[in-house]
Amino acid sequence: MQTAVAISVDGLGFAAWLFLSSVGLTLIYGVMRILNIAHGGFYALGAYSSAWAIGLFVNSGGAVVYSFLLIPLAALLAGAIAGLLVERGILRYMYGRDEVLMVLVTYAIFLILEDATKLIWGTESYVAWQPAFHFGTINVMDIPYTVYKFIIMAVALAVGAALFLVLNKTRVGKLLLVVIEDREISGALGINVTLFFTVTFVVGAILGALGGAISAPEISVLPGIGAEIIVLSFAVIVIGGMGSIGGAMLGALIVGFARALSVHLYPPAELFSIYLVMAAVLAVKPYGLFALAESRKI
Amino acid sequence: MNIKMDRTETGLLLALPLLILIAFVLPKWVVNYVQVSLGTGLVALGVMIQMRAGLVSFGQGLYFCVGGYAAGMLAKFLGISDLFLLLAAGILAALIVAGIAGFLLRRYREIFFAMLTLAISMILFGLLSSTEELGSTDGFNLPSATYLGWAPEGETGRLTLYTFTALVVVVCAILLNRFLKSPVGYINEAIRENEVRVEYLGTSAHHAVHITYVLAAVVSSIGGVLWALALGHVDPEMTNWTTSGQFVFISILSGTGNIAAPLIGTFLLEILRVYAVEISPNTWQMILGSVMLLTILYLPKGLWSLLTTRKSTKPSDDSADKISVGD
Repeated sequence: MQTAVAISVDGLGFAAWLFLSSVGLTLIYGVMRILNIAHGGFYALGAYSSAWAIGLFVNSGGAVVYSFLLIPLAALLAGAIAGLLVERGILRYMYGRDEVLMVLVTYAIFLILEDATKLIWGTESYVAWQPAFHFGTINVMDIPYTVYKFIIMAVALAVGAALFLVLNKTRVGKLLLVVIEDREISGALGINVTLFFTVTFVVGAILGALGGAISAPEISVLPGIGAEIIVLSFAVIVIGGMGSIGGAMLGALIVGFARALSVHLYPPAELFSIYLVMAAVLAVKPYGLFALAESRKI
Repeated sequence: MNIKMDRTETGLLLALPLLILIAFVLPKWVVNYVQVSLGTGLVALGVMIQMRAGLVSFGQGLYFCVGGYAAGMLAKFLGISDLFLLLAAGILAALIVAGIAGFLLRRYREIFFAMLTLAISMILFGLLSSTEELGSTDGFNLPSATYLGWAPEGETGRLTLYTFTALVVVVCAILLNRFLKSPVGYINEAIRENEVRVEYLGTSAHHAVHITYVLAAVVSSIGGVLWALALGHVDPEMTNWTTSGQFVFISILSGTGNIAAPLIGTFLLEILRVYAVEISPNTWQMILGSVMLLTILYLPKGLWSLLTTRKSTKPSDDSADKISVGD
C-alpha cells in the first residue's frame, strides 16, 4: 500500500515536472511545425539562471520566501531573451523549409546554447535547495514529501489550464488556430503571422525555461541537463501526439508513472522504461494518442 | 553485378595504398586520428545512405554501440579476440537488432523517424548504463586484436590493425557505392522525392527503407567494432543521442553527394576538434553549431558540392531545402 502511494505521488511529481518541461515543445511544434531541439537549451538556461539567482539572493541574506519570485522571473528573462534571439536571429530565415531540416537547425542552435550556458555559468554545478525545503514537508502515509513538490504540481495544472483557456476561449487563441490551419490564408486575411510565430516561439521558450527554473531547487544544475530533458520531452510529446496540449499532459502522466513504477519496483529499468513505453504506444498509435490524422499528399 | 568501376570506386581503390602508406610516414598521433575517424566515418556513411532516402537517423549511435559492445562482449566473456570473428559478431548483432527494429521504423518518415531512432538508441543507453556486468557508464576494455591465430604486438599490432581498418572501410565504401547505384538505391531517391508515387509505380517503399536501414546498421556496427578495437574501450556514450547527433552533423557538413565525403568530413572534423578543444574547450560545440547553421544556410548540399558545382552546367535547382542530393 505504501509503495502504491509512493508510486502515485512520485508519478504525479514526475508528470508535473515533465509537463512543464515539454509543453513549450509541443506548443511550438503545434503552431510552427518546428521540432525544437533547442528546447533543451532553454530548459538549461532557465535552470541555471534560477539556481544562480536564488544562490546569490539567499547568500546575500535575502529571505527565502522572496526567492520564490526569482524562479518565474529568471524563467521569464532567460526564456524571453534566448527565445527572441533565436527566433529573430536565426529561425526567421529558415521558415518554410523542410521539417527535418528544421530539426537539424534547432540541433545546431542547441549546441550553441549549451556552450553559451557554459560560458556564462562555467562548468561547475549549482545547487539552490533553499526554496525546496522552505515550506517543510508533508507526510503522505508516513512518507515525507516536500511541499515544493506539490507546488510544482499546482503550477503544472495552472499552466495547462491557462494554455487551454487562452487557446480555446480568447480571440488570440482563435486567431492562432487559424494560423495553424493555414498560414497563407490567415496572412491574406490580415493576421500578422510573423508576430504570431515570434510570440509563440518566445512563449514556448519561456515555458521551457520555467520547466528548468522550477526544477532547479530540486536537482543540482550541471552541464548536460539540457541533453537529458530533451529526450524525455520528446517521449512525452510523441506519446501524447505532437502539437496537442492535452496530449502533452497525458504523455507526461504516462511517462511520469512509468518512471515512478520502475524507480520503486525495479530501479535498473528507470532509464529505459520511458522509451519502452514510448515504443509500445507508437507501435499501436503511430502518431501518438491525440494526434490528428493527416492526409497523404501526392 | 556490373564489374565496371565508376570514378568514385577507382578513387577509393587508389586511395587505399596511400591510406595504408601514411601509417608508416606520418606521426603516430595523426595516424591514430585517421584510424578513429575511419571507424566513426563508417557510421556517418550509415547516416548518409539513409539521408539519400530522406531519412535522418538521430540514433545511428545505436549500431555504433551494438557493434562495439558485441565485439567487446565476445572478447570479455569468451576470450575471443580474432578480428574477423569480432567483425562477424558485430554484423550479426546489427542484423538482428536492425532487422527487428526495422519492422517498426520503416512505417515512419521525417521527424518521426528521427525521434524514434533516437528513442531506440536511448533504450540501449539506459540498459547499458544500468548493467553492472558491463561496467555501467564506465564501459569496459577490449584486448588487442588477433588475426586467425596470429597475435602481433606493439608497433606491428598497431600497424596491422590500422591496415585492416583501412581495408575494411574502403571495401565497405565501395560496396555502399554499388548499393546507391542499385535498384534499391534509386528507389530511395524516389522515396525522398515522393513516396506515394513510388508505391503507385508498384514498388514497396517499406521494403526499400527496411533494406536501407539494415544496411546502414551493419555498416555502422562494423564502424563500431573497428573504433572499439582502435581505442580498446567501449562505453554507453557510444549510443547517447549526442553522439548520434555528431554523425548527423558530419553528413550535413560533408553532404550526401559522394560516398567518400562523409569519410573525409569525419577526419577533418576530428582534426578540427583536437585543436578547438585545446584552444578553448568550452566553445567547441558553439563552433560546431555555427558551422552547421552556416552549412545549412549557404551550402545546403554540403562541402562536397563545392567540388562538383563547377562542373555542372545547370543552374542550382530549387530543391535547396532538401537535405540530400543525387549525383
